[in-house]
Amino acid sequence: MFSRVLIANRGEIALRVIRACKELGIETVAIFSEADRGSQYLDLADQAFCVGSAKSMDSYLRIDRVIAAAELGKADAIHPGYGFLAENAHFNEVCRSCNFEFIGPSPDAMEKLGDKNTAREMAIAAKVPVVPGSDGLIESEEDAINAARKIGFPVLIKATAGGGGKGMRVAADEASLQAAVVQAQTEAKAAFGNPGVYLEKYIDRPRHVEVQIIADQHGNVVHLHERDCSVQRRHQKLIEESPSPRLPEATRKAMCDAAVRMVRQANYYNAATVEFIVDQQDNFYFIEVNARIQVEHPVSEMVSGIDLIKTQILVAAGEKLSFTQQDIKPRGAAIECRINAEDPDRNFQPCPGKIQTMYLPGGYGVRVDSHAHAGYSVPPHYDSMIAKLIVHRATREEAIETMQRALSELRITGIKTTAAFHKTVLAQQEFVDGTVDTKWVERVLLPRLQSS
Amino acid sequence: MAESSKKPERAAPESTSKGDDVFNIERISRLIELMKEHNLGEIDLRQEGQRIRLCGVGHGMPFVQAPMFAPGMMQAAAPAPLTAAPAAAPSAAAAPAADADGPHIAIIRSPMVGTFYSKPNPTSKDFVEVGSNIQSDTVICIIEAMKVFNEIPAETRGKVVQVLARNEEAVDVGKPLFKIDTRG
Repeated sequence: MFSRVLIANRGEIALRVIRACKELGIETVAIFSEADRGSQYLDLADQAFCVGSAKSMDSYLRIDRVIAAAELGKADAIHPGYGFLAENAHFNEVCRSCNFEFIGPSPDAMEKLGDKNTAREMAIAAKVPVVPGSDGLIESEEDAINAARKIGFPVLIKATAGGGGKGMRVAADEASLQAAVVQAQTEAKAAFGNPGVYLEKYIDRPRHVEVQIIADQHGNVVHLHERDCSVQRRHQKLIEESPSPRLPEATRKAMCDAAVRMVRQANYYNAATVEFIVDQQDNFYFIEVNARIQVEHPVSEMVSGIDLIKTQILVAAGEKLSFTQQDIKPRGAAIECRINAEDPDRNFQPCPGKIQTMYLPGGYGVRVDSHAHAGYSVPPHYDSMIAKLIVHRATREEAIETMQRALSELRITGIKTTAAFHKTVLAQQEFVDGTVDTKWVERVLLPRLQSS
Repeated sequence: MAESSKKPERAAPESTSKGDDVFNIERISRLIELMKEHNLGEIDLRQEGQRIRLCGVGHGMPFVQAPMFAPGMMQAAAPAPLTAAPAAAPSAAAAPAADADGPHIAIIRSPMVGTFYSKPNPTSKDFVEVGSNIQSDTVICIIEAMKVFNEIPAETRGKVVQVLARNEEAVDVGKPLFKIDTRG
């Protein structure tokens, strides 16, 4: 077992890893930027080193300084957390070549599954459904029609050089297809300098459902069922829950089995999340793999009873999983709300600043993962999440009630947070009914709130 | 890189040395053992006109371990300067009084994470010491990380007023290394 682990991250996930290490009897080495100097959670680590100035590029992303800190701190393993260097295969390799165990997958598996294209190919090879697509750029009008017929309308025309939702157009039928393709190509050339476009099936009102996987270095791969993360705004998750409401049992089983198949095929070990979208007919399609631990891992922990971070560390140290798939019997329902330092009344504008008072909820079924506290200054340089509020109850109805109670108890002054917005979401009929899709917040809820 | 120290077994109590002679060989051997045991870098003894100073360098002498950090310590100013004795594991000395500093005082801080070396190699003199005059390209120390020894230029000119890091100390970004009087 490791004697000392360096956590190459900050904030709540750094605290989460420190806690797991403490319970495993492992010493911890933390790193921090100048902007995080003095953060109280750093006192819980055995050592802490400043790795640079506030900007991530000058600190948390500085591989040389992270490795130097691991060397100085005499760590034998490094946990990358999420974000920052967590899915950087080069960092993964550097850690290992400097004799620090990387608490995550092998660099090879990380690269293979982490790359959207190779992952898609692996999914197809593993007979996992993928979003039907043209599998290549559209070279001609005939190309477009043939591809669209194969995929089925409506189709989404996407720029190959694009991203973040830019350069996309929808064509509902053959009549509008040609014009839409030409428009998309023109826009793509203007925005990205590359007119290449491809087609994908347009999924109407998709739900985002992902499967948590944990695998050891001995070939054991176990899933911890799914999480539904459909409450999003601009592709950022706001609320996650398990189980996915209204997901047919057959679909759940097929998705979980598909996720295990893919991870096994990639010889992947440690934690991963396989993301799918589910359409209104409950068909599921593979999207991508996140080759790391995720923000919303507590949701799966509550329902499965498995401490994922501890398990990650044990797996990295060469231990076999202490449980089999048969041992995983999900219990109850869990919901997580990401409490961000943002003002929902001002278009979710980030609100960095000093927290004056902070009163946290508690009681049966409530878990808070947070590095923040009264007197803590939320820095403007990183993501705006200051706390994760997680509830776990026997039923989804009860979980919603408990989350409402917990959100009401939560008091943070000095900065604005999204707590009240979460209360509003939980009170909407669509959320209660479990019919939310990934665009629902923007398409339905925000206009509804604006007009009232 | 700092080696972990091995504590030698405690020697059986010696027979009393002859009188109070600091140059008694048994006493000197005992002092050396004590230095190893307690990770002392230096002992400076004076007694009635006699003085002996033992500096631990080279093979066989334990190196000072990287101290355990709490973030607060990283901000504390100066541990005792190197020439003071005895030097045990660094303890945070009192921060210099604010009015002792002024706008002419500059603090050179570590630009990187690594091990601070005040001298080019264990047997040489320090790059600079209190009183040294420096220019911006004067190499004031080496900071080593991953077996790469980086010569750190002062990037300021003046006179060294205080040395704030000890040889082989673990330093991180922002750690104060030297106090410089820029008027000097």
